[in-house]
Amino acid sequence: MSAHSPMSSDSTLSGGASVKKARRMKLPAPNAIVGGTLIGILLVTACIGALWTPYDPLKLSFREKLAAPSALHWLGTDEFGRDVLSRLMAGAATSVWISILTVTLAVVFGTLIGLFSGYMRGWTDRIIMAFNDALLAFPGILLALGLLAVVGANKYGIIVALGIAYTPSVARVVRGTVLSLREREFIAASRVMGNSEGFTMARHILPNCIAPLTVLATSMFGYVLLAESALSFLGLGVPPPAPTWGNMLAGSRPYIGQAVWLGIFPGLCISLTLLGINLLGDAVRDRLDPRMRGSR
Amino acid sequence: MNTSPLLDVSGLTLKIGASGRTVVNDVSFQVFPGEIVGIVGESGSGKTLAARAVMGFIPPAVRLDGGTIRFDGQDVMAMSGKDLRTMRGSKVGMVFQEPMTSLNPSMLIGRQLDEGLALHRKLDAPARRALILDMLRSVGLRDPEGALTAYPHQFSGGMRQRIMLASVMLLKPALLLADEPTTALDAVVQRDVMELMVELTQANDTAVLLISHDLGMVARYCSRIVVMCQGDVVEQGLSEDILARPQHPYTRKLLSAMPHRLPVRLLPEAKTPIVSVSDLVVEYPGRQGFFRKGEAKRALHGISIDVRPGEVVAVVGGSGSGKTTLGQSIAGLVKPAGGEIRFNGKPIQKSDAAYWDYRLNCQMVFQDPYSSLDPRMTIRQLVAEPLRLVPDMSPAERKARVAEVLSEVGLGDGFAERYPHELSGGQRQRIAIARAIVRRPSFVIADEPVSALDVTVRAQVLELFDELQKKHGFSCLFISHDLGVVEQVADRVIVMQDGRIVEEGPRDDIFDNPKHPYTQKLLAAVPGLESTPEGGVRLFWRRAENDAAITG
Amino acid sequence: MFRFALTRIGMALPTLLIVAVSVFVLIRLIPGDPAQLMLGDLATPASLADLRARLGLDQSLPVQFGIWIGNVVTGDFGQSISSQQAVLPLILSRFWVSAQIVLVAVLLASCVAVPAGVIAAWKQDSALDLGLVATATLLLSIPTFWLGLLLLLFFGLKLEWLPVVGYVSIAENPWAGILYLVMPILTLFLHEIGVILRMARASTLEVLRLDYITHARAKGLSERAVLWRHAFKNAFGPTWTLIGLVLGNLLGGIAVVETVFTIPGLGRLLVDAIFARDYPVIQGCMLFVAFTYVLVNLVIDLCYPVFDPRVTAQ
Repeated sequence: MSAHSPMSSDSTLSGGASVKKARRMKLPAPNAIVGGTLIGILLVTACIGALWTPYDPLKLSFREKLAAPSALHWLGTDEFGRDVLSRLMAGAATSVWISILTVTLAVVFGTLIGLFSGYMRGWTDRIIMAFNDALLAFPGILLALGLLAVVGANKYGIIVALGIAYTPSVARVVRGTVLSLREREFIAASRVMGNSEGFTMARHILPNCIAPLTVLATSMFGYVLLAESALSFLGLGVPPPAPTWGNMLAGSRPYIGQAVWLGIFPGLCISLTLLGINLLGDAVRDRLDPRMRGSR
Repeated sequence: MNTSPLLDVSGLTLKIGASGRTVVNDVSFQVFPGEIVGIVGESGSGKTLAARAVMGFIPPAVRLDGGTIRFDGQDVMAMSGKDLRTMRGSKVGMVFQEPMTSLNPSMLIGRQLDEGLALHRKLDAPARRALILDMLRSVGLRDPEGALTAYPHQFSGGMRQRIMLASVMLLKPALLLADEPTTALDAVVQRDVMELMVELTQANDTAVLLISHDLGMVARYCSRIVVMCQGDVVEQGLSEDILARPQHPYTRKLLSAMPHRLPVRLLPEAKTPIVSVSDLVVEYPGRQGFFRKGEAKRALHGISIDVRPGEVVAVVGGSGSGKTTLGQSIAGLVKPAGGEIRFNGKPIQKSDAAYWDYRLNCQMVFQDPYSSLDPRMTIRQLVAEPLRLVPDMSPAERKARVAEVLSEVGLGDGFAERYPHELSGGQRQRIAIARAIVRRPSFVIADEPVSALDVTVRAQVLELFDELQKKHGFSCLFISHDLGVVEQVADRVIVMQDGRIVEEGPRDDIFDNPKHPYTQKLLAAVPGLESTPEGGVRLFWRRAENDAAITG
Repeated sequence: MFRFALTRIGMALPTLLIVAVSVFVLIRLIPGDPAQLMLGDLATPASLADLRARLGLDQSLPVQFGIWIGNVVTGDFGQSISSQQAVLPLILSRFWVSAQIVLVAVLLASCVAVPAGVIAAWKQDSALDLGLVATATLLLSIPTFWLGLLLLLFFGLKLEWLPVVGYVSIAENPWAGILYLVMPILTLFLHEIGVILRMARASTLEVLRLDYITHARAKGLSERAVLWRHAFKNAFGPTWTLIGLVLGNLLGGIAVVETVFTIPGLGRLLVDAIFARDYPVIQGCMLFVAFTYVLVNLVIDLCYPVFDPRVTAQ
């Protein structure tokens, strides 16, 4: 720390009075570029992987088992001789698909509950939120684990279990947004205009929920992907032989000494995906930061 | 008076590092020991940046591009960190605008006050405590000992500003920087805090640099004024000179933006008042605990008012007076617990036949231009929305009406497809007005429509409002905490305090002959204007009969 | 303050109740006779009839719930199908193992990450700040099970410094016990540093913008005094809340780390129980973890006024 520090950081500048022109588009931050690239690669790989892979991800080939990465198998093969790269690509498709469905489920139900609760207010709101918060009292994947015990551990079980597990967070965010929007003057203006409550909800409140929902959905996508990987790792997710990054990591454990690549690549994929989502999420949050908006 | 200035700012130029935009341009002014100097400007004038630079506070995004700041002969910009820290607090003190955020919420008041004192003075703890208690007493706290072990959130805004003053004046600095110290406070409290500040600084021979957008307040307390606009000093001199003989066009604009009284209007006689409120009672439910319900709080205690067609009635009062609640009740946003509201002589319940007439004809303009427009709608959609409910209006007719109304508020075609965030505060308020009058209502409630705007913009919007009111003849309930604004627009004035009407009458009567002590107190904070031959004004201040300061 | 504490505790009670109801309903959703499910393969007609009577299956659901809750409150969580042990003592012994790892890891991570986050915020946009943020983001993007695997690979297999599999209780053999715990704790430690640092940094940045910080500087305080005496306390609140959330998440999420290092913890107990359809254990674990989470958050909430006295006024 320098002894000479007269120019200390301070509060915001007073903004200009007139903002007649539209805000100039700012260059995307490095966060967004790196994050966007990583996510882009993920999505492209997932799309390709759903339709085509270099080798059949399920094809067994005992001759080639536990082969190190080579020109023939770029990322090596596993204990059954299956090509790792193909399995990663197929796994990408599976994980992305599951995550999208789960997030959609959580967002749809969470929004309905949140909107309803925020709209009704009073005791209805309190009761709904009491149940909602109680569900949130099951931390992390606990609720999903419990639900899996009931619905059964497979691809669709995961979507249902994780979807239900994440619905309360969405409901909470939507309800919070609805409540704070209700305090804004343009809602009062809508009522004074003569609009019915229902019309006000649909025309004014719902569209303004989209921004926070988008931010939430993006970060939730990351959490769900991670959760699905973790559950698959534990053996409670997508069952083998269908590949997903999580169960590939689980399968690599017995062979980790001899075939180190089996443990590196699936984990690397998950990490890079999460990194991409985090960076992108940061960039989006910075952009939407209300401090950056023009103020008087 | 000393010949050498205490503070000498010369050619100060600050630029934003990245874009190179100049935010303070070649600014020079001086403050001599013991005098009170004011810097007046609107947002974007650079006054706050210039003032903060005096203490060496320059935001990281901004850089010094030229000029010097000398305090007591020393160059502030060249000072070492240690010297700067010695200067801060003990030689120069600063009071901020927002009382809510200027005190550390998690530190006891006693400790916060003690900090500066312990740093700069060699006194032991009991001596410091005695000084602090003394100072708290002199700023008007009734229980100084209790305050020492209290947290800031336990005090009101006005009290917090007093505590800030105490904290700064404890060290008897040679210069006090007051950056909009009373802007966030109630009108009556504002005056009390300002008087206190002046009293304290004069008693301690402290010079004051007062920064404000309020020319009236600055003129009242400062012997010299510096006028800034967009980073430049456009004019400076003695207060009387600036006011009486303004040289620069911007200064003239500021002066003309101060509310002037217009001649009395004659209104046509009408049998039925357009809005008639009788014995209105509004209550807010008490705090809902788990096991007990708090007492209901009465916001309005049986209010009765009548508004004639074409009349502008101003409702004035401080926060908590109930004026906003009154407006909201008439607009239908709040359900009354008792009493009756009639529109055009007919009751206005949803089930009544006359409901739609009331609903279509009673409109409202809100205070906050940043919150009253849906950010996702274009201007055209915003202004057209009310027309949805007008029967028998074809899309073409609607489009024409929207265009008509937009041009009436002075915003041409280009604005229709824009979004609210692209517009300034003043423009947004025009849109809010356009939206309110698009159905040609007969009654408009304006809830502090100009309070959130800059002074010169305020004048423009008031003028617009006036024009529209004369052209279309709607009645208006104009709610404001600012009597100055009200003087310009009102035909009749109603003064409220604590949910009751304390005085009402024609505008001239209220302003020239206030009877109730609260009305007098409100008026004491507002300057009266007299035009001078050279195109300037002379301000005069009304004295309240009972001038004892209230703790608020 | 007293009223604040009472309110918070009061708010926790309905949550606990609904949690209990949820767990009860969840298990009852499984198709089949509850008594049969509880006894599994070891059911005999006699034991089935006995259990049915004890669970009150012939009576209405609310009554059954009442009986169940009554048992829970007295510590009777039933019996594990797989191991025939009483469920609650089993859970507690496993919880002890998991708790050691989680608490030590989060404590260490907080001690490192919080000051680091505050300093990063103080030196915003400097090389140090960018480096810290990049490291934190990287660390929290790595899933714990992979990180654990990598550590296992490196320290366990390649360097052979630490044991790869197994667990010994510290109570039995302190030194060996610690060795087994080092890698799991390290895994969680690294991951949570990322999470906590970012939050500490973000909330410090928020606070540094506020007027009272400038006011503190205006009094002539040194930057260091401003940061630690004024900014820190106010900034710590949100991080404190986050630590509560992290603890809770780890209660559930530790299962993966326990799997990687073969630690007999609570997470592994639940997962094994799911595979084995050991419903009493599943039920018991869910109830226990959720209750613990609510309690942890309650404690966190009750400490909050230390950092922000304003909450007691609401």
